[in-house]
Amino acid sequence: MTGKDFLCLMPFLIIAIAPVVIMIVVSILRNYRVVFGFSVLSLLAAFCSIFFIVPSVPHTIEPLFIIDSYSLFFLGIIIISALLVTFLSYDYIKQLDGVREEYYIIIFTSTLGASLLAVANHFVLFFLGIETLSISLYILIAFLRYKSNSIEAGIKYLILASVSSAFLLFGMALIYTAFGTMQFGAIAAALVTHDPLSPLVISGFGMMMVGIGFKLALVPFHMWTPDVYQGAPAPVSAYIATVSKGAVMAILIRFFFILRGFNNHYLFIAISGIAVLSMFVGNILAIRQKNIKRLLGYSSIANMGYLLIILLTGSNRGIQASIFYLISYFFTTIGAFGVITLLSTNEYEAEKIEDFKGLFWKRPWIAIVFTLSLLSLAGIPITAGFIAKFYIILEGMKAGLMVLIISMIINSVIGLYYYLRIITMLFSTASDIKLPELSLIGNITLAIIGFSILILGIYPGWLIEIIIRFVKM
Amino acid sequence: MILIYLIVILLAGAFLAWLTGKRNHIWPRIISFVALSTDLILIILYLLQSNPSDKDWLIDIKFNWIPEFGISLHLALDGLSLVMLILTFFLGIISVIISWKEIDSKVGFFHFNLLLILTGITGVFLSLDLFLFYFFWELMLVPMYFLIGIWGHENRTAASNKFFLYTQASGLLMFISIITLYFVHGHSTGLYTFDYLQLLGTRMADSTGLLIMLGFLAAFLVKLPVVPLHNWLPDAHTEAPTAGSLILAALLLKTGAYGLLRFIVPLFPSESVTFAPIGMLLGVAGILYGAKLAFAQTDLKRLVAYTSVSHMGFVILGVFSFNELAYQGVVIQMIAHGISTGALFILVGQLYERIHTRDINKMGGLWEKAPVMGAIGLIFSMASLGLPGLGNFIAELLILIGAFKANILMSCLSSLGLIAATIYSLRIVQKVFLGNKNTDWKINDLTLREKVVSALLVIAIVWLGLFPQPVLDTAKPSLLKTLIKHREITFQNPGSNSDNAENILCEPSCNSLCTLVVKANSFNHKGTQNNTKGKKLI
Repeated sequence: MTGKDFLCLMPFLIIAIAPVVIMIVVSILRNYRVVFGFSVLSLLAAFCSIFFIVPSVPHTIEPLFIIDSYSLFFLGIIIISALLVTFLSYDYIKQLDGVREEYYIIIFTSTLGASLLAVANHFVLFFLGIETLSISLYILIAFLRYKSNSIEAGIKYLILASVSSAFLLFGMALIYTAFGTMQFGAIAAALVTHDPLSPLVISGFGMMMVGIGFKLALVPFHMWTPDVYQGAPAPVSAYIATVSKGAVMAILIRFFFILRGFNNHYLFIAISGIAVLSMFVGNILAIRQKNIKRLLGYSSIANMGYLLIILLTGSNRGIQASIFYLISYFFTTIGAFGVITLLSTNEYEAEKIEDFKGLFWKRPWIAIVFTLSLLSLAGIPITAGFIAKFYIILEGMKAGLMVLIISMIINSVIGLYYYLRIITMLFSTASDIKLPELSLIGNITLAIIGFSILILGIYPGWLIEIIIRFVKM
Repeated sequence: MILIYLIVILLAGAFLAWLTGKRNHIWPRIISFVALSTDLILIILYLLQSNPSDKDWLIDIKFNWIPEFGISLHLALDGLSLVMLILTFFLGIISVIISWKEIDSKVGFFHFNLLLILTGITGVFLSLDLFLFYFFWELMLVPMYFLIGIWGHENRTAASNKFFLYTQASGLLMFISIITLYFVHGHSTGLYTFDYLQLLGTRMADSTGLLIMLGFLAAFLVKLPVVPLHNWLPDAHTEAPTAGSLILAALLLKTGAYGLLRFIVPLFPSESVTFAPIGMLLGVAGILYGAKLAFAQTDLKRLVAYTSVSHMGFVILGVFSFNELAYQGVVIQMIAHGISTGALFILVGQLYERIHTRDINKMGGLWEKAPVMGAIGLIFSMASLGLPGLGNFIAELLILIGAFKANILMSCLSSLGLIAATIYSLRIVQKVFLGNKNTDWKINDLTLREKVVSALLVIAIVWLGLFPQPVLDTAKPSLLKTLIKHREITFQNPGSNSDNAENILCEPSCNSLCTLVVKANSFNHKGTQNNTKGKKLI
C-alpha cells in the first residue's frame, strides 16, 4: 500500500476508526456529550480530508477501489448528510433512557458502508458496502426498543433487506460464472464480446436489478418503505432516505454507466417502466397518507423514480444533474425529517399531519424551514428543488426522453397536491398542542438547511459550475 | 438600474413588513405603503423624462445568473411594461389602503405576501429571459396561495388549492415549452440561451412551433382565464380577502394577457395566426358564457368574478385579431378592467364588512342608507357595462372594431356581450342599491379612507375614458413592435390565412374609420395626429 493509497483512503480510515474509539471511550466513561462531540469532530475531519485527496484523483487501488471526482462528490454529500443527521439526533437521542452513546457508533458504521459504495469498482466491495450499511440500519431502525412499531419496522427491514441482498449476491455470482470477473470494467469489456447475452447473464443482471430495486425502494419493490419510515426514529428515517439511498444510487449510476446499460434496449425499457411506475405509485399512494413520515416515504419512492431518468440519459451532463439533484434532495429531506425530529419527544412522535396544525403561528422559524423543504420537494421556484428538477428535465429532454419527462411533470402536479395539504395545515389556525422546547443545536442545523435550500434555489450557478468542472466519468 | 431598484424595494419592504409585524400592526402597513409609493413615484418620474417612442427598449439590463445554462438576469422596460407597472403599483397602494382595517390578524405576514406577489408581478412585466420569466411567474403563486388560504372566507382551503394546482400545472406545461424552445434554438444556431431577444427569430418546423406555442398558451389562458379553463377563478376570487381579489382580478389576470402580447405573438408569429380562429372563438365563448354565468349568480362576489371571465374574453379576442387598433383596445381593457373590477371587488368587500353577507337576495334598497356607496357602485357598474366616457367603453369599442377587421362573425357575436354586460351590471345596481329592502340593514356610509380610495379609482376610470391617448402613446411602440413580425409573415404567404391577410391589406381604408372613432372618443388633439402617424407606419 503506497502513501498515495493511504491518503486516498483517509476518509474511510477516519470513519472506521472513530466508532472503535467511541467503543473504548464508552466502556470507560459514559458521557453523552463527549461521544457526540467526538462524532461530530470525526465526521468533520473525514469531510476535510476529502479536500486533501482532490489533487491525486483519479486514483485506482486495484482491484477494489476507484477514487475519482465523482466518488469524492458522493463521499462529501454522504458525510455532510451524516453530519446533519447527527446534529438533529442530539436532542432526540438524549431523551432516551439507558444506552444512547451506541447510536453514534452505528451511525459511523452505516456511514462507512455508504461511503464504500461511492468508491466501489468491484462486486466484492459493492456487496461489503451494502451489507455494512444494511446491517447497521437494522439496529438503527429498531433503536427505540420499547416501541412495538419500531421493532416491527426493524424486523421488516431485516427480512426484506436480507432477501434483497440474497438476490443481489446471486445475481453477482451468476455474472461471475459467465465472465469470470467481478470488476466493473472487466465486466463491461466482457459484455462487448459476449453478444448476444446468454440467459445466465441476463438472469444475473435481472437479479441484481431486483436487489438494487429493493434498496432504492423502486416500484414494485417498494412495499417496505412506508412501514420502515414510520417505525424508525425520525432522524433514522432521514438517514435512510438520504444517505442509504444516495449511496446505492451512487453505485448504481457508476455500474450502469461503466456497463453502458442505456445502450441495451430491454434494459432501457425496463428502467423506463420502473421509473414511471415509481413516480406514479409513489405520488398517488402519498395522497391519502395521514402520517407525514409515511407520506415522505412514498414521496421518496417518487423522487427515486425521477432520478432514474438520469440513468437513461447516458451522458456526463446527466450524471452532473443527478449529483445536483441528490444534493438538493438531501438537504430538503433532512430538513423535513429534521422538523419532525425536533418536534418529537421521548413519548410522542410528531408524525400525524394534525400535529403540525398552526405550527407557523407558534414556531414560525421551524415552520418556514418545513415549508421551504416541502416547496423544494414539490419543485417550486426559489428553492433548491426547483433548480434540481429543472436540471433533470433539461438533461432528460436533451436525451429525448419525452415520455419520462412528461410523466415527471404530471407527477410534480400530483405531488404538489399532498405537499400543499401539509403546508395548509402549517398555516391554519393554531391548535393547543404542546410543543417541546427547541435546543440550540437543532435550531442551528435547521437554519443551515433552510439557508442552503434557498441559496441553491436562488443562486445555484457556482455549485453547477463546480459540478460541471469536476464530475466526469 | 431603476428596474433592479423597483424589485429590490418591494422585496426589502416585504421582509421589513414581516419583521416589524411581530411588534405592532401599523408598521407593516406603513412600510408597504411607502415601498409601493416609492416605486410608483420612481416609475412616474422615469416616464416624465423619457420618450417612449425613442427605441425598442427604454431600459435594458443584463447580468449573468446561471451562465452554464445560458440563463441571465435580463430585465427590460418598454411602453407596454411601463403602463402595466404603473397599474401594478397604483393598485398595490390601493390594496394596502383597503386592507388597513379589514386585515387585523397576522398583519406582518399578510403584507409580506402582498408585497411578494407584487414583486412577482413586477418581475413578470420586466423579464426578458424566459427562465427568469418563469421564475417570477411561479413566485406569484405561493404568496397568493397563502393570501387566499389564510385570510380568505369559509371555503378558502379548497379555493387556494384549486388555484395553486391549476396555475402550477399549466405553468409546468409552459416550462416544458420554454425548455423545448431552448433546445430547438440551440440545435439550429448552436447558441443555447433562454434570452428572449435571441429566441425571437427561432426557426422551427410548423408542427413543433405549434406544440411549443400550445404550452405557452396553456399557462396564459389559464391565468387569463379562458372559458374551459376558468374553473379556478370564481372560487379563488370569492374566497380571497378583498385585497386578494383585487390583486387577482386586476393584476394577476393581466399577466396572462401580457404573456400573450409579449411572448405568444412575437415568438410564434405564424403559429399564432394558425391558432387565431380558435383563439377568437374562445374569446367569444368567454364573453358570452362569462356574462351568462355572471347573471345567474346570487353571490355578489362570485358575480363580479364571472364578469372578469367575460371581460377577459375581449382581451383574447383582441389579441388574436392581430391589428394595432385591437391591441390598443387590449391595453386599455387591461387597465380599465383592472380599475373597474377592482373597484367592484372593493365595494363587495365594504358591503361584506358591514352586513356580513354576499347574498344578493338579502340586499336591496341600500342606496337610502349609503348614498355615496351607491353612487360609486353605480359608476363602476356603468363602467363594467361599457358606458361611453368611462375606460371600458374605449377598450371594448377598439377591440370590437379591430376584431371586425379580422373576423366579422366573431366581432358581431362578441358585441352581444355588451348587451349581456348591461343586463348583469344593471342587476347589481337593481338588486343591491335599488329595489325592495329585503332586510332592514343598519349600515354606515363610506368612511373617509374608503371615500379616498373610491375617489382615486373613479378619477382613474374617468380619466381613462376621456383621455386614453397618453396610455395609447406610451404603449404604441411596443404594440407595433409586437406586430411587425406578424405582418411580414402574413404578407409573405398570404395563402396561409387569406382572411387575415386581406384584412391587413385593406387596413388603410379602415384606418379612416379608426381615426373617426378615436376622434369621437378623445377630446385630445393628439389623437388624430397620432393616428396619422400610425397610418404612415402601416
